[in-house]
Amino acid sequence: MSSTLIRGASVLGGAARDLLIVDGRLSEPTPEASKSADTVVEAAGLVALPGLVDMHTHLREPGKEDAETVLTGSQSAARGGYTAVHAMANTQPVADSAGVVEQVWRLGRSAGFTEVRPVGAVTLGQDGAQLAELGAMAASAAQVRMFSDDGKCVSDSQLMRRALEYVKSFDGIIAQHSQDPRLTEDAQMNEGVVSAELGLPGWPAVAEEAIIARDVLLAEHVGSRLHVCHLSTAGSVDIVRWAKARGVRVTAEVTPHHLMLTDELVRSYDPVYKVNPPLRTQRDVDAVRAGLADGTIDVIGTDHAPHPAEHKCSEWTAAAMGMVGMETALPIVVEAMADYDFGWEDVARVMSTRPAQITGLTAHGSLAVGQPANLVLVDPRAPHRIDPAGHATLGRNNPFKGVEVSTRIVDTFLYGTRVVADGQLAQPHPAAGDGAWIA
Amino acid sequence: MRHLLSTKDLSRAEAVELLDIAEEMSAAQAREIKKLPVLRGRTVVNLFYEDSTRTRMSFEAAAKRLSADVINFSAKGSSVSKGESLQDTAQTLAAIGADAVVIRHPGSGAPHRLAASDWIDLPILNAGDGTHEHPTQALLDSFTLRRVLTGAPASGPLSAGSGTRGTDLAGARIAIVGDVLHSRVARSNVHLLVTLGARVTLIAPPTLLPWGVESWPVEIYYDFDQALAERDFDAVMMLRVQLERMHAAFFPNPREYSRMWGLTPSRYADLGEHTAIMHPGPMNRGFEICAVAADSPRAVVRDQVANGVSVRMAALYKLLTGRGPDPAAVVNPMEEPHA
Repeated sequence: MSSTLIRGASVLGGAARDLLIVDGRLSEPTPEASKSADTVVEAAGLVALPGLVDMHTHLREPGKEDAETVLTGSQSAARGGYTAVHAMANTQPVADSAGVVEQVWRLGRSAGFTEVRPVGAVTLGQDGAQLAELGAMAASAAQVRMFSDDGKCVSDSQLMRRALEYVKSFDGIIAQHSQDPRLTEDAQMNEGVVSAELGLPGWPAVAEEAIIARDVLLAEHVGSRLHVCHLSTAGSVDIVRWAKARGVRVTAEVTPHHLMLTDELVRSYDPVYKVNPPLRTQRDVDAVRAGLADGTIDVIGTDHAPHPAEHKCSEWTAAAMGMVGMETALPIVVEAMADYDFGWEDVARVMSTRPAQITGLTAHGSLAVGQPANLVLVDPRAPHRIDPAGHATLGRNNPFKGVEVSTRIVDTFLYGTRVVADGQLAQPHPAAGDGAWIA
Repeated sequence: MRHLLSTKDLSRAEAVELLDIAEEMSAAQAREIKKLPVLRGRTVVNLFYEDSTRTRMSFEAAAKRLSADVINFSAKGSSVSKGESLQDTAQTLAAIGADAVVIRHPGSGAPHRLAASDWIDLPILNAGDGTHEHPTQALLDSFTLRRVLTGAPASGPLSAGSGTRGTDLAGARIAIVGDVLHSRVARSNVHLLVTLGARVTLIAPPTLLPWGVESWPVEIYYDFDQALAERDFDAVMMLRVQLERMHAAFFPNPREYSRMWGLTPSRYADLGEHTAIMHPGPMNRGFEICAVAADSPRAVVRDQVANGVSVRMAALYKLLTGRGPDPAAVVNPMEEPHA
């Protein structure tokens, strides 16, 4: 038996109390049990949150190990306070078979810094033509429940309908990258006043909104679960709000960068601001913040998208789309929501509890006694400037370089193992032969 | 002025100064020996990622007439086609000893990127980037307009006492007609013409205007004939329509475009006596502009080309020497001073 006592943490921002971890699970911190703890972590002044869950990350392995590996991505996740991440399917080969998702899942388990949940592709090779073997991926060791062609949109209406219907058999969910391909051919940035001036082909808001509108109607028609990845426009928030009011089983996600940054930054032509969906306008930023605050938007997804330097150190039009973000998500969300009545419970809701519920991760999202000890300790009064050079991800394409934030991730506990200690990577969770996290 | 990337960056005073320097250059071009010694020993690189023989020749002539050495780097047949990055290419040019880079690139913003990155520390001159800007084209257009508006010859030497120097385009009314959406010429011209005090009218089908164009400091007509009936233009600039737009649903077909937005013989007849006809070239005769208009005395298309050399000389001179218009500095040393 091993035990860790976390002393005096402000749980979900509330009154300070102790948390006790025994054999990987949260336990009642009785005086006797606490006294005999093997390890004591002083957490005075720190906020304890359930470990963060990312519904949207790109770990790049297999195939693009120069950008990220499951190991470095897992380490980045842990340092960002994430105890579970969903690895998107746009690898090489595409995660469209049981073989690839099991590979990613095993790599994650042996890395031991975060629980890696592979996302399966909806269509074979993400080509949008034929359904991938969704059932085989669901039944594999990786137990895939979320499917997405992220990076590409399932634009064929009939195929989207079938996918939504098909995954009902194992309570799956389709996570859609909402982007009408014809409306966004060669698109380089948000279509608006700035794109008109910069002469960059625009990416209209309607290209996102039209797909979301179609998909919520399809989801309603077939009674399936739809997850809207990284919504970015004011209109998208309105459509999701309308759909939820109708009782459609839709959930929605926003990234930290869409909560914070606008297309005005593209005036620099610095490709660190090139991302899909593109940075929008201040009006859109205000709308997604309001949508996150009122619950229309369920979760934060980082869309962590590492790229090697040569894919960003180029002219804008040649550069890859994407930003890294797992190590800065929590501090950025805190800054972005500073003007709202948005406390630590809300942060825990959108970054841990809801994403765990949506993806069926019962081991995450709660600090209740008896739960696996997946939790994070953060220092809410640790002002510092973001320095991507010190991050664990291989990607340096972080748009928040130099931004001052107040929150720092101090400790991350993964199934009871302190994988991050005082902001630095510590021991990984030891691998088990059968892949289980707790014996 | 460190770089010339966008006409948006130019103040009225800076723009007028460039046009005045270009007048000095134009005067020098009228001499028997056109070459000036001001950039002797300097190396200008023409870094062209897009085929543009006309613009490259114009820049090459401009640099050579300032006695600079010119290196032409074309994307075709170079390491670019083997996948060399803009960064590596730029650093190679710096290592070779370039003193300025003239860049033409199909991607909007590539010149900005060169100027803003720490890859190289050289003056960058934008010779056209994607659908963003083409500042020297706008400068040569304004140079030509300034000549026309003051009653001077549209190009060539000025008669003594003609007063273009120091003037702007205040009060002039200019129409820009055609594919504004994809036109770097239109963007650069809108900024510069407005900075110089002109009133700009854009005339185009709605499909070929950028989203949000209502926020531009211009007026907009969809109907060319209505614009001609309601406005008295000092000049109409016809924009080239690229072949690849012809079948991409921007308009039903070339015939309809030509009928509705082309400078047809009947529209040519409707123009005011004083209205100059401009085109950045190369012209699609019979499509956006009819032969009668293109060959008419009111067309200043060839003057624009001639002035392009003077304006590009002015821009290179300004970027590489930092000096203003100074007749003494650009005096032709091959001419013996008269006793």
